[in-house]
Amino acid sequence: MTHDRRDTGLGDLALEAALRRVWAAAHGLWGLLATVDHKAIGRRYIATAFGFLILGGLLALAMRWQLSHPEARLLDPDRYNQVFTMHGSNMMFLFAVPVMEAMGVYFVPLMVGTRNIAFPRLNAFSYWVYLAGGLLLWGAFLLEMGPDVGWFAYVPLSGPQYSAGKRADIWAQMITFTEISALAVAVGLVVTVFKQRAPGMTLDRMPLFVWAMLVTAFVVILAMPAVVTASTALILDRLVGTHFFNPAEGGDVLLWQHLFWFFGHPEVYIIFIPAVGMVSTIIATFCRRPVFGYLAMVLALVGIGLLAFGLWVHHMFTTGLPRLGESFFTASSMAIAVPSGLQIFCWLATLWGARPRLAVPMLYVLAFLFTFVLGGMTGVMVASVPLDTQLHDSYFVVAHFHYVLIGGAVFPLLGAIHYWFPKLTGRMMGARPGRWECLLVFAGFNLTFFPMHILGLWGMPRRVYTYQPELPWAGLNLFASLSAVLLAAGFLLFFWNAWRSARHGAPAGENPWGAPTLEWATASPPPPWNFTRIPVVGSASPLWDSMGELTVAEGLRTDRRELLVTSVMDATPEARESSPQDSIWPLLAAIATSVMLVWSIFTPWAVVWGSIPIAVTLIGWFWPRGTPEDES
Amino acid sequence: MTGGWQSALAPGGSSADAILRLFWPTVALLGLIWLAVLLVLAAALLRRARPEAPRRAGAVVGAATAGTVLVVIGLTLASYLVTRPISAAADAPLIVQLRGLQWWWQATYPEEGEASGFVTANELHLPLGRPVRLELSAEDVIHSFWVPNLAGKQDMIPGRDNALTFTPTVPGVYRAQCAEFCGLQHARMALLVVVEPPEEFARWRAVQAAPATAEALAAEGRQVFERQPCGACHTVRGTGAAGRTGPDLTHLASRGTLAAGLLPMTRGALAAWIADPQTLKPGNNMPLVPLSADELQALTAWLASLR
Repeated sequence: MTHDRRDTGLGDLALEAALRRVWAAAHGLWGLLATVDHKAIGRRYIATAFGFLILGGLLALAMRWQLSHPEARLLDPDRYNQVFTMHGSNMMFLFAVPVMEAMGVYFVPLMVGTRNIAFPRLNAFSYWVYLAGGLLLWGAFLLEMGPDVGWFAYVPLSGPQYSAGKRADIWAQMITFTEISALAVAVGLVVTVFKQRAPGMTLDRMPLFVWAMLVTAFVVILAMPAVVTASTALILDRLVGTHFFNPAEGGDVLLWQHLFWFFGHPEVYIIFIPAVGMVSTIIATFCRRPVFGYLAMVLALVGIGLLAFGLWVHHMFTTGLPRLGESFFTASSMAIAVPSGLQIFCWLATLWGARPRLAVPMLYVLAFLFTFVLGGMTGVMVASVPLDTQLHDSYFVVAHFHYVLIGGAVFPLLGAIHYWFPKLTGRMMGARPGRWECLLVFAGFNLTFFPMHILGLWGMPRRVYTYQPELPWAGLNLFASLSAVLLAAGFLLFFWNAWRSARHGAPAGENPWGAPTLEWATASPPPPWNFTRIPVVGSASPLWDSMGELTVAEGLRTDRRELLVTSVMDATPEARESSPQDSIWPLLAAIATSVMLVWSIFTPWAVVWGSIPIAVTLIGWFWPRGTPEDES
Repeated sequence: MTGGWQSALAPGGSSADAILRLFWPTVALLGLIWLAVLLVLAAALLRRARPEAPRRAGAVVGAATAGTVLVVIGLTLASYLVTRPISAAADAPLIVQLRGLQWWWQATYPEEGEASGFVTANELHLPLGRPVRLELSAEDVIHSFWVPNLAGKQDMIPGRDNALTFTPTVPGVYRAQCAEFCGLQHARMALLVVVEPPEEFARWRAVQAAPATAEALAAEGRQVFERQPCGACHTVRGTGAAGRTGPDLTHLASRGTLAAGLLPMTRGALAAWIADPQTLKPGNNMPLVPLSADELQALTAWLASLR
């Protein structure tokens, strides 16, 4: 291999020019459609997910309007049921999970010091499939075919007998889309973390955010198959007359709930665990010290990931399962308070010994601690069988899970956007509007959702499109609805701030916060090849401990896309590996897959005929071309 | 602040009472922990930073985690201790079969000793101080029976038999509402639970078990009812109407509400309901049966007499 061009001895400018030749995407539309750069795809993913957040938020406002006074007529029952189903499905499947994975897609390769995510074409494919699933759901909603059976789609209501038309099928197929994309991302993240870390980044030097995304990816891989099984069985019941869930023919109604919640509860942690990583990242940077108890934090993350699979039954305490078995799930559900508590104590210990800088990301962390800990407390309450028989399916639960999902995940996410905005765009996000926005979101959120605890205790059930004036709920509902305007104003300010800062924000430079992790060791935004020279890591906070000069590895080829494969435990270099070129095939494969999945809502034969174009695109995707990427 | 006749905070039954006695101490304990976390957070932000010994911090974090473990164990045990009495079987309970349908409730009081059995809808009467065992089932989709003043909720699931046992301890009228999303009119599926002294309950039961009164049977509205297709879905005992898919109307006017808690039981509401059920509760299974003004007048007068 004497003709190889290596980076050894090349000057920075010559090296960058060489890297640009092999890593940069083509210009124009083709480049946009064919790129496999994890940053381009991650950005796209994040922007799309926030777009769905806006749409879901508008639905929430419509619901709050409808509930602001008794017997309101803004939404008729049919529309309301579509709206709350869309809100839940959209927020869980099209916003929360994808945005967390997207943050991983963008930042994990940078944080572990590699040039692209593993399986970059699969990653590109996952984005297109996700986008198609989102368009399917929202297109159906605009055509008055939006699902109306709740984001949980309990049978028999969602079954063939009680949901005529295609609404429930659209819900079930949207699940298939988002699960395919989530699984594809998860696989790429696991391999990136295990095999592409910078030399010297042993497992115990991995940033906590990377640990969090690793655990999340494993939870995705283990949880998603349950819901794919469930939604496929539902489609079969509806389309070809199987009887998985039909008790009259020996099927079981509760089977659906077991399968759904075996996925559905871990789903919450798929959303929350990345947020733990974000909070840890932000706290460390603004306290200028590593998070206290690294090992404890990692064990807590893994512990939450494992426990997540042992507590799905607490969604089913009122279904009439044996009480002793339910008490076991009370114990396992409450037990998750232990690793969660441990993390909170470690963060507090980190703050205790430091003088934290209260920049906007840090303000969001404070809002997170206030809100999430409260949501954790109500979580302990709904874990108790007797308490849950009163609280379940009431507005108390609506309050609880918005506290843990918005307080526990969205607040850290907004903080993380502020934190990483300079890396994403090269510009700082406005700090003064940031403080206002944080205050509005925090106050608006708590004023909107805290009263719902009381409404639930006063007997208000979930998923009702209206209520009667003789019930004492009007006052608190009106209060919550007015507060929701405050919350919406906060989000509006956030989006405006991001929009404006992306154009006119102060230039950021490589490392504006003085942060310790590798994503800050390259330009903002990073070039397509991420790192001109692969960094070598000697500690868990490489940019703090290296005193400004990072050691780098040399010897990678410059005439093809190449990255370094390292060992799982110690990240010692093992091989140079080619990284795939841009390709249009992932997009074509995603289109073929989408056509098959949508078509199969209408006829089972779509699975037969629709798989032909998929096979063609996959053959195109994997066709051996003798290009350098296929050299070993 | 207790929220009235559909509130978990104003117990009128043994289960709701036991749950509330677990609820408030749990809220107090968890609220204190939340406040403590926030106080430590505030102190960490306000104090002058000085590097602490990592070993001491480790000990504090370890102690706090151990404390969490203890709290979790304590709450699990407390929860278990309350679970047992609220799920225990009772001696000689009153048995009522309650069936959930889209979007109303069918109650069957089986024969018991001298008292003969009967079917009614959308209203339960329970004797004060006697345990009741509600045998819960569902006709179509999943519903959930929740009368927060008396007990926690219990789902009604097609293909499964569930039961809920509790003892009403405070007389009164309580409101129950379906707590599992069951389709278009999930919001309009309520039921009244009347807890009354045993002698009043016995009187009510005797009236309900009897067929419609003789005067009622002689009235003109009865002919309207029988001429029109009403009897295809509804039963009025004593007439030829014996439909089973809609609520039993034999003693319709004795109930407090109409259409599963939607309207008060008045003649005007009856007329409005019959004239246009799909506007008042869109999607429900009651069809619009065209009637002349005279027919409607006679029919509502007759229905209002079914006490």
